[in-house]
Amino acid sequence: MANELPDKNNEKLESDPIVEIIDMHKWFDDFHVLKNINLTVHKGERIIICGPSGSGKSTLIRCINRLEEHQRGRIIVDGIELTNDLKNIEKIREEVGMVFQHFNLFPHLTILENLTLGPIWVRKTAKAEAEETAMFFLEKVHIADQARKYPGQLSGGQQQRVAIARSLCMRPKVMLFDEPTSALDPEMIKEVLDVMIDLAKEGMTMLVVSHEMGFAKSAAHRVLFMDEGEILEENTPEEFFDNPQHERTKLFLSQILH
Amino acid sequence: MQEVHQTTVMKPPITRVGVIRWARANLFSSVFNSFLTVVTIYFLWKIVPGLIRWAFIDSSWATTGAQCRAGGGACWSIVTKNVRFIIFGFFPYEWQWRPLLAMIILFSLLIVSRNRRYWKKWLGYLWLIGLFVMGLLLKGGLFGLPSVESTKWSGLPLTLLLSVFGLTAAYPLGVLLALGRQSRMPAIKSLSVVYIETIRGVPLISLLFMSSVMFPLFLPEGITINNILRAQVAIILFTAAYIAEVVRGGLQAISRGQYEAAESLGLNYYQKMRLIILPQALKIVIPPSVGILISAFKDTSLVVIIGLFDLLKTTQATLSDPRWMGFSVEAYIFIALIYFTGCFSMSSYSRRLERELYRGT
Repeated sequence: MANELPDKNNEKLESDPIVEIIDMHKWFDDFHVLKNINLTVHKGERIIICGPSGSGKSTLIRCINRLEEHQRGRIIVDGIELTNDLKNIEKIREEVGMVFQHFNLFPHLTILENLTLGPIWVRKTAKAEAEETAMFFLEKVHIADQARKYPGQLSGGQQQRVAIARSLCMRPKVMLFDEPTSALDPEMIKEVLDVMIDLAKEGMTMLVVSHEMGFAKSAAHRVLFMDEGEILEENTPEEFFDNPQHERTKLFLSQILH
Repeated sequence: MQEVHQTTVMKPPITRVGVIRWARANLFSSVFNSFLTVVTIYFLWKIVPGLIRWAFIDSSWATTGAQCRAGGGACWSIVTKNVRFIIFGFFPYEWQWRPLLAMIILFSLLIVSRNRRYWKKWLGYLWLIGLFVMGLLLKGGLFGLPSVESTKWSGLPLTLLLSVFGLTAAYPLGVLLALGRQSRMPAIKSLSVVYIETIRGVPLISLLFMSSVMFPLFLPEGITINNILRAQVAIILFTAAYIAEVVRGGLQAISRGQYEAAESLGLNYYQKMRLIILPQALKIVIPPSVGILISAFKDTSLVVIIGLFDLLKTTQATLSDPRWMGFSVEAYIFIALIYFTGCFSMSSYSRRLERELYRGT
């Protein structure tokens, strides 16, 4: 099935960058969590970010939709620079979808309502149209039969697929995944990764914080390795796993690959 | 040999038991329990027959005070003979159907509003019309209804007026204060904190005194503000501070993830609060909020100290009538039943609401 994916090495990426991070730094109080981050993401590009816990990888992608504020440098998303301007932040968040480790579905709303909320209130879409879109994406993540249920009635894997569909309903230009499979039972990881691979096939721009090697190898253009707030190594998945350059990368890989 | 597949569905063991087994399990399971059971039965045996005799057998239901004294049992006559004064107080006697009708409208609206399926726009309009009609019935002065001074409003209608408006206005104000206390804007945050802590730091009685005695001193000469309105405002301000703290507790129970998910969809602050955070937070705090609403409902009786004739005061006035002196127990039982009905409806409705809002989490 994996060969359905376009050969990502020969895939021609559009040259316009969708996310640009230039000399970015972030501190939590006195703690320097992100140091001198430079990263350009092109349209259609899929990047995996890995690294030991506490290395700042989640913080990095959370800066892209301003769930965390950076203190130095610049972040430009879809041509808009992230500043304290609330209007800009909301505009960027409309274009950037996010999937969380703990799903964060809205437990008081049905699955369908979870999906239509953003389009109706943020994009001002008519309710009927929003529901149609929602059903389309639920179909896509193979869960349309659960539309009238509440998140609490679904399994973890199902909830995470709903969360992905919820982001897709906003028709985002970039999708951020913050350890999307870490909170799942082992038998549910595959169903979520399959959905993510489907997304990759459609050319979605994705930044994924994850240690899923299989996904990285089959779908990613680049793998970034972060440690102690810095991007230490950056390479194609093949090179990254087979021929790691940095000592800390080798150590990290030996620990997760057993 | 073929394996036998045990596919028969096993049912849970039957645990239905007879009366004797039940009694043994629940009343006489240990020496101490048996002792408690025996003591309880003894007291019930001593008290209940006498109580029934006093309340029902020897009681008088429609006599004069003097006949009551001769009868010896409960004198429910104090209620039946004075019910119109206890309920309506000084409202002109021939117009007492007006507050009665107003109360019927109020109860009908409350009953209709119990059902969440009816929480639509038309119910809002119905309430607006209802409020207007109720106000008109009480105040008069239009459509040939003679005007009745608000100083004559008393008894149960006054209690209901103070509590229904007090509670419905205090709740949203409390929510706003709770949001204000969580605000990142320093001015709003400190204002809310100061307000909440100040109001919670003083008893309701002192607020009522302030509003009725001190507040008028600051008004320019010739301007007076209705006494009921002032008490009403004091009750609202007081209750809101308590509601605010309860709601804040609910807000803190919502995980960061919910805020982040709402924000990452691009919802602005008001959408995030109204659509995501408050519905969940308010659901969590239903039990403590209803606790506050119930105690606020009962606290409205404190307005007696500023000279308003609410239900409690009209009852006391009846009791000070020499013909009916000495039957305070019966009169107080009657209004206790009224208060209990109000409180119990609120608490049973809150349980129903919790059940309906249960979403499997």
